[in-house]
Amino acid sequence: MKFGVLVTEGPYTHQASDSAYQFTKAALEKGHEIFRVFFYNDGVNNGTRLAVPPQDDRNLQKAWSELAEKYKLDLVICIAAAQRRGILDANEAKRHGKDADNIAPGFRISGLGQLVEAAIIADRLVSFGD
Amino acid sequence: MADVEAPKIDGSIKKKLMYVNRKAPYGTIYALESLEVVLISAAFEQDVSLAFLDDGVFQIMKNQNTSGIGMKNFSPTYKALGDYEVTKLYVEKESLDERGLKPENLMDITYEDEADDYTEKPSIHIVSRSELTDIMAQQDVLLNF
Repeated sequence: MKFGVLVTEGPYTHQASDSAYQFTKAALEKGHEIFRVFFYNDGVNNGTRLAVPPQDDRNLQKAWSELAEKYKLDLVICIAAAQRRGILDANEAKRHGKDADNIAPGFRISGLGQLVEAAIIADRLVSFGD
Repeated sequence: MADVEAPKIDGSIKKKLMYVNRKAPYGTIYALESLEVVLISAAFEQDVSLAFLDDGVFQIMKNQNTSGIGMKNFSPTYKALGDYEVTKLYVEKESLDERGLKPENLMDITYEDEADDYTEKPSIHIVSRSELTDIMAQQDVLLNF
């Protein structure tokens, strides 16, 4: 089956990203296709590479980045939600005159149309949030 | 990069997308960011509808005034949904009752029906909890905010 995944809560505060990660990993291991994982609302905070969780805890960003590399996953961060919350790639940082970017490897920033497209193209859109 | 990319979907796929709004308009960002997706989804020519239940019914109340809380009053945007061909707003009756609200407390949200000589028609439909359950069951995709 072809799945789209939507993550609408940030890491650590909420279980949404953990559950979405476990679901995505399990689906891929079972041979399903993940068309896209879309991060919206505070979910965009999953895509910063500057988070430093305690060493004895899971590192969600790293887990997503590694999964993306292994399976060529499309991890998309909503641009409008990201701008509000300070998640920037190099282009966005330059465009807004900021002195740094913070996007993690394997993530990309794009528009909300990518979420709607995933909803239309995937057989099922699975949402993780409140 | 940046801004909104053009949809890559051919017109042959038409799905029923419902945006389910359950939270008050202010206090959290969910209502505003839900509305942002709704507006974008209009470009994809899908069968879009909105549901308002629980505290989500407050999102479309009349006479919202946010001057005391330092937030933008984005409620006028709901009245523009008709221009985006979003013309089906389902409001759960029980959620209104539980909050002491009546249909007349809601904004007059209308659309011009192209198929009926552009007659102005109400977009809001008050439905019971069980009717809303049936409408939800008919959807291809539910997006909860």
